Amino acid sequence: MTESALTQPTPAFTASVKSALIARLTALADDEITLSHRVAEWTGHAPLLEEDIALANIAQDELGHATLWLGLRATLDGSNADTLAYHRDPAEFRNAPLTELPKGDWAVTMVRQYLFDAWEVLWLDSARQSSYTPLAEAAAQALREEKFHLQHTALWVERLALGTPESTRRTQAALNQLWAYALGLFDPLPAEADALGAGLLPDVTALQTRWLGLVRGHLEGVGLSIPAASPLPYSRHQHTEHLAPLLADFQRVAREFPESQVW
Amino acid sequence: MTAPNAQPYWDALRGVADPEIPVVNIVEMGMVRGVDISEQGVRVRFTPTFSGCPALHVIRQGITDALAAAGADTVTVENVFSPPWTTDDITPEARAKLETYGIAPPAPNGESSLFMTLEPEAVRCPRCGSFDTRMTASFGSALCKRMYVCQACREPFEGMKSV
Repeated sequence: MTESALTQPTPAFTASVKSALIARLTALADDEITLSHRVAEWTGHAPLLEEDIALANIAQDELGHATLWLGLRATLDGSNADTLAYHRDPAEFRNAPLTELPKGDWAVTMVRQYLFDAWEVLWLDSARQSSYTPLAEAAAQALREEKFHLQHTALWVERLALGTPESTRRTQAALNQLWAYALGLFDPLPAEADALGAGLLPDVTALQTRWLGLVRGHLEGVGLSIPAASPLPYSRHQHTEHLAPLLADFQRVAREFPESQVW
Repeated sequence: MTAPNAQPYWDALRGVADPEIPVVNIVEMGMVRGVDISEQGVRVRFTPTFSGCPALHVIRQGITDALAAAGADTVTVENVFSPPWTTDDITPEARAKLETYGIAPPAPNGESSLFMTLEPEAVRCPRCGSFDTRMTASFGSALCKRMYVCQACREPFEGMKSV
């Protein structure tokens, strides 16, 4: 993840705006890192060769987006993307718990990816309007890639929901498991209000309304029921027990061989 | 502008192949936005294609090596994200090379809808030229490609995504 240095001049931000931007960029990157790891767990194990390849592509794209976000963060605080990705402990990760949950069965993987892709597409679409130009440019770049994911996973959710009684049952069960976690993507970050007021970051509360309209229409259109969601005891600051083993796997080589440049 | 003496560097950059599609070079793929010469050396403004493309590292190294061979003392490769790279930046010559190589060139992108699931234009089989083709997988062997089959000549082939 090293070659991500952006050279656009970084505008002067107040300390509170800067920390809000860093917090959001870190949350975005951590979502992408953890989800791409879960998706990549299918490599060599997917039910179809084409899907094995598709998921490897999607994981690679998401990791590319993490590189964009951490590259932007580097311009704000001089941090290093590899250090952040490979040498932070679970308590320091700011991903939504949705992205750290085990990959589950095919329905869980596809429903989660669909719910996440819809959030990411809408966030990126909104971030294209950011007055923080480097963010607007990175969002425009990522959006071009992300929409292929959403197209793909929306079709898979439809195929599974309308497939056989077993696939319908599993897809509804996946939705029941994941729905409250997906809503957690929209929890505002502490201190985001200043950056929001300055037109620098998308308003996640407004995005949730757009997202609900989009995914409800699709899910109910293929016969699925939206479950009632009760609040979760987990958040971007309070992870499930699944994050630590994920990071142990993801970070293992980098931590075992801290001198290595390429692996 | 840098017209008087940038030409040898542009020529050198035309010798840098796309590592995943070696029949085309990075200039005709639209990845080079500019070459600036100053007392600090040669600065190449480079637009990444897909943000997760593993070939980007190789390409940046290729740029540095090619310009050093062309006489540049110091080479800087700067990422430029605006405007983002689009497959519309690929030159007609490169499109023809892709087709000869067996990869259907991308359809014009334009500002397509976020949620559109159909190709804006039919994809032509690079082997027999038929438009009677069908996408068989929306992802392929590289981030920039997807899979098709020609229903006229029955051959499977790759096509570039339109982004």
